[in-house]
Amino acid sequence: MLLESVLTGAVRGGTAIVFASLGETVSERSGVINLGTEGSMLCGALAAYIVGIESGSAWLGVLAGMVAGALLSLVFGVLVLDRGANQLATGLVVTFLGLGLTSLFGQDYVGQGANGFTAAPVPGLAGLPFLGPILFDHDPLTYLSFVAVPTVWWGLFRTRAGLAVRAAGERPQVLEAFGTSPRRVRYGAVLLGGALAGIGGAQLSTALALNWSENVTVGRGFVAVALVIFAGWDPRKTIAGAYLFAGAIALQLQLQARGAEVSRYLLEAVPYLTVLIVLAALSRRRVHAGPEDLSNVFDG
Amino acid sequence: MDQSRIRLFTILMALAVLAVGCGGSGAAEQDDAPSESADGGEAGAVDVVGFIYVGPKDDFGYNQAAYDGSQAVIEAFPDVEVLQAENVPETSEAETVMADMIDRGADLIFATSYGHLEFAANLAADNPDVAFVHQGGLEGDLALDNLGTYFGTVYEPVYTAGIAAGAATESGKLGYVYAFPIPQTLANINAFTLGAQSVNPDAETITIATGSWCDPGLQAEAANSLLDQGVDVITQHQDCTKTIIEAAEAAGAWSVGYHADASALAPEGWLTGSEWDWDDIYTDIVQTVVDGEFADSPYTGDFRVGLQTGDNPFVQSAYGPGVSEETIALIDAAREDFVAGGSPFAGPVLDQDGNEVVAEGSQPTYDEVETMGYFVQGVVGSVS
Repeated sequence: MLLESVLTGAVRGGTAIVFASLGETVSERSGVINLGTEGSMLCGALAAYIVGIESGSAWLGVLAGMVAGALLSLVFGVLVLDRGANQLATGLVVTFLGLGLTSLFGQDYVGQGANGFTAAPVPGLAGLPFLGPILFDHDPLTYLSFVAVPTVWWGLFRTRAGLAVRAAGERPQVLEAFGTSPRRVRYGAVLLGGALAGIGGAQLSTALALNWSENVTVGRGFVAVALVIFAGWDPRKTIAGAYLFAGAIALQLQLQARGAEVSRYLLEAVPYLTVLIVLAALSRRRVHAGPEDLSNVFDG
Repeated sequence: MDQSRIRLFTILMALAVLAVGCGGSGAAEQDDAPSESADGGEAGAVDVVGFIYVGPKDDFGYNQAAYDGSQAVIEAFPDVEVLQAENVPETSEAETVMADMIDRGADLIFATSYGHLEFAANLAADNPDVAFVHQGGLEGDLALDNLGTYFGTVYEPVYTAGIAAGAATESGKLGYVYAFPIPQTLANINAFTLGAQSVNPDAETITIATGSWCDPGLQAEAANSLLDQGVDVITQHQDCTKTIIEAAEAAGAWSVGYHADASALAPEGWLTGSEWDWDDIYTDIVQTVVDGEFADSPYTGDFRVGLQTGDNPFVQSAYGPGVSEETIALIDAAREDFVAGGSPFAGPVLDQDGNEVVAEGSQPTYDEVETMGYFVQGVVGSVS
């Protein structure tokens, strides 16, 4: 059934983007736009791939992916938060740094046998009609993303740490007046963002594709950053956006496999068009949804 | 703030598309054509040969095959200095890299990716003493004495691999993941389909274009989409091949490889595949330049080599356990036919709409195959 296949593909292909855009949400909520997310995903993808092979443990690989993603975002953090560099330009430079580093260190692993995750159907639930294959017949990292989304939402909106992150993004002066350093809070948010992007990369290389190749993310990190804005900095809507994007890709591939008489070029544009149209529709209704202090980045 | 949000979002989406496009630039590399270079100067003066690749030299695919060819050159000509440049984009940067090689004394440059041609041509016009050969392109109106293109008839081993696929399929549905509908991919898909139909007249090939030469995430989804449709043999025209082969193996489907022998990834389902062997052509091209005979050699035009003219640099991979003796005999017979002058596209050939594109009793030339713009009957997919 087409709908079931498309929704399954949406979850399968969207998970890497879900992790990355969750991380970007935290970062942007603290007032920092990190375009280095694409680079952090690449670092996470390669580190997880290498450590998974060398250690024999796919979970150790994911841990390494988290660390690698966070380390690259630390470079971004030092430049932006300590040196006061432009966020957008620095993020791009950091992404290219990640691309270069992973191309170099990944050379010996191109096409090498992966030690990754395979589908682990949830007993009892995977057999459900319709919902079973869509939600409960995936790799463990996909289930982890189901937990990560509400956890990040809860952390951001129901904990003191989350309050500090949001305060750093809205009124850093107020945070400072209460004796908390906005810079330190932003460091934490940026590092967490990089770590989550690293998990996203790890999911891509060790669960979805079971492959490492140069630039394996092919723009998914940039899509993740775009989705955060589309989702109005709400982690719950972010997941919907990631699935919308991946679902549109799955739809165009499924249509091709079914021999649909539609222009291939149009089909390839569908994922981007869908998200753009939805954004245009949503942004008319929502005016000031974003962290106040981010406007310095947008307008400055 | 709201307007700027949309502005930033648009920039981000453009970046994402750009990143996809960057991945895609490697695709063009497939489309090489033979070229010739001009005489490199007086005989015996050659001592520097440059190679540029669009991707990494160890991609288990197209670029690695070209790099392996350069190693054969080093072995055959110990006195020749060989310059290498990987990850050379198909932009003016290619011109910069090649100009640098010329400054370092290069007498012959192999530009191995499809999109490198125009930059090689620019330099060829300004450097008449340097020979340029381009892999897979067509010289067209350039007609320079010091520039040529070279390539193999890729579709011949793809046709014979199609025979193995047609014999193996039970559902009659074959899957083909490719990047862009360029003549070379269309010719491969058509040859594969015709090969399968030669033993299984009802076989059809379901095609998926990914718009990228290497996007493993997308490949995983493409393979799943094909398997959903009951496809039980999957092949591909992609630069990185591992994801699709492993997805097919995991689903219990057969695999036909491309670019490299990947039988280790699919011990059960590997049928056969096609791979490159550039050693002889590269070595011969360097020899003509070393001898000072480039301008008079066939390499100054669009040089194509196939089973008819000699050793095809594109060879068939070893067979997997699922290919029967009977099928191997059919494949051998087809190959002998091509050596004797036959073609995978011997007429009558009908396109998707049933129009006769190759008449009964005729067959297209190598050049005509390289400008192919249609799918044959039995291919599911759109060329536009």
